[in-house]
Amino acid sequence: MLSGADLAALQVTLRLALITTLILLLLGTPLAWWLARSRAWFRPVVEAVVALPLVLPPTVLGFYLLILLGPEGALGGLVTALGGRPLAFTFSGLVIGSVLYSLPFVVQPLQTAFSTLDRRLLEASATLRAPPFDRFVSVVVPLSRSGFITAAVLGFAHTVGEFGVVLMIGGNIPGETQVLSIAIYDHVEALEYTSAHWLAGGLLLLSFLLLLTVYLVNRRWSVAHP
Amino acid sequence: MFGHSGQAHGRRGLLALLLLALLEGGTAPAGANEQPLRVAVAANFLPVAERLSTRFTRQTGTPLRLVSGSTGKLYAQIVHGAPFDLFLAADEARPRRLVEEGRARGAPFLYATGTLVLWSPRPGLVDQTGGVLAEGGFSRLAMANPRLAPYGRAARETLQALGLWSRLRSRIVRGENIAQAFHFVVSGNAELGFVAASQLLSRGEEGSRWVVPERLYSPILQAGVVLTAHPAAGRFVHFIRCGEGREIVREGGYRVAADPAC
Repeated sequence: MLSGADLAALQVTLRLALITTLILLLLGTPLAWWLARSRAWFRPVVEAVVALPLVLPPTVLGFYLLILLGPEGALGGLVTALGGRPLAFTFSGLVIGSVLYSLPFVVQPLQTAFSTLDRRLLEASATLRAPPFDRFVSVVVPLSRSGFITAAVLGFAHTVGEFGVVLMIGGNIPGETQVLSIAIYDHVEALEYTSAHWLAGGLLLLSFLLLLTVYLVNRRWSVAHP
Repeated sequence: MFGHSGQAHGRRGLLALLLLALLEGGTAPAGANEQPLRVAVAANFLPVAERLSTRFTRQTGTPLRLVSGSTGKLYAQIVHGAPFDLFLAADEARPRRLVEEGRARGAPFLYATGTLVLWSPRPGLVDQTGGVLAEGGFSRLAMANPRLAPYGRAARETLQALGLWSRLRSRIVRGENIAQAFHFVVSGNAELGFVAASQLLSRGEEGSRWVVPERLYSPILQAGVVLTAHPAAGRFVHFIRCGEGREIVREGGYRVAADPAC
């Protein structure tokens, strides 16, 4: 069934997707809030940048990341100067790549949720003298619950489905940077179809269940709050 | 109203014609001789194959279309019906298997013997005996994927022969083929790597290197096999094995044995 290397790939994939999703929720929430509320002239610029990973081939991202993370690159050079290891071919490097790659999948659903919020509720809570952070946690978050769930599931699923970027900056190290999609690719290229079937079929099922969750949650939410 | 729909018809007709022209251009042969010879090339051999292709086309007028990748990947593509006329692999096993499976025409032929080199762009990092591997003064060692690429297999055999495989395992980054492994080292993302002598030669790379002794790995016998009845396939094979091509292969960093077929 699943070999030790396959299980390691599964573990790396889940860990990568989980960490990436958490980081994206932390960074993406204020960004999406700003995008939903700001009237700054450069907002479209930021929106376009956020959406770039949707249209760029992963090779573009992978190429620039390799340069950026390498020992002579801006980020890689900084880390090396601080005494760290260069980031390419490391799990941390993959996290950086995945955060960029899955950014729009988290930011866009959040932005949509925030921009459809009823402003009067926020104003009401402001008149009750709730401090801004408290307002956000006790009013905005519950009202945008389906947006958060959609963002988290899509960010997670999209990271699990990552291939091109990892192929370019991962280095295929078992237990560290070998993710499921790469392991499947290797199995197929080596004509090991049984192993490929196990992994590919499992991934298909997992992705379907994740997406189903999103749609079920969104439906229940819209039925409960028409 | 009628004029309108007539115009629409005309436009649609033009579009259909355009589409047809695009499809035609993609598939229809302009003449049997001008049909390019499609060659699947193991990644290590691509720079030399490009030189061979230029020379051959100048001599015969037959254009070549080269597709490169790891030997294992190209083999899998051929098994699934990829439209290649000739396969220049980096091992003997896969061309032989294609013959056994009835996917090839004629017997496999040896066209080159490859040389494995441990290389770093940094002068002085790799010593003349490969001692750097045991000393471990590096964080990343690149090689091709041993499961798919014969040069990767040779690199693994070398590390196993030196008794360093399990110790260095976590520092190895595997390129999907030897070209990616080379690119990892050239870009500085891995300090050193096992590459093909031909890659260094084709780019005139300096740095430091250790030509891995042949006793440490089983020889990289690169064999090819003809896959279709393309009229130029046999001529190109003869060009590589016996003609001018042989010298190009040798200059490219490979050993070529005396070929009894010439």
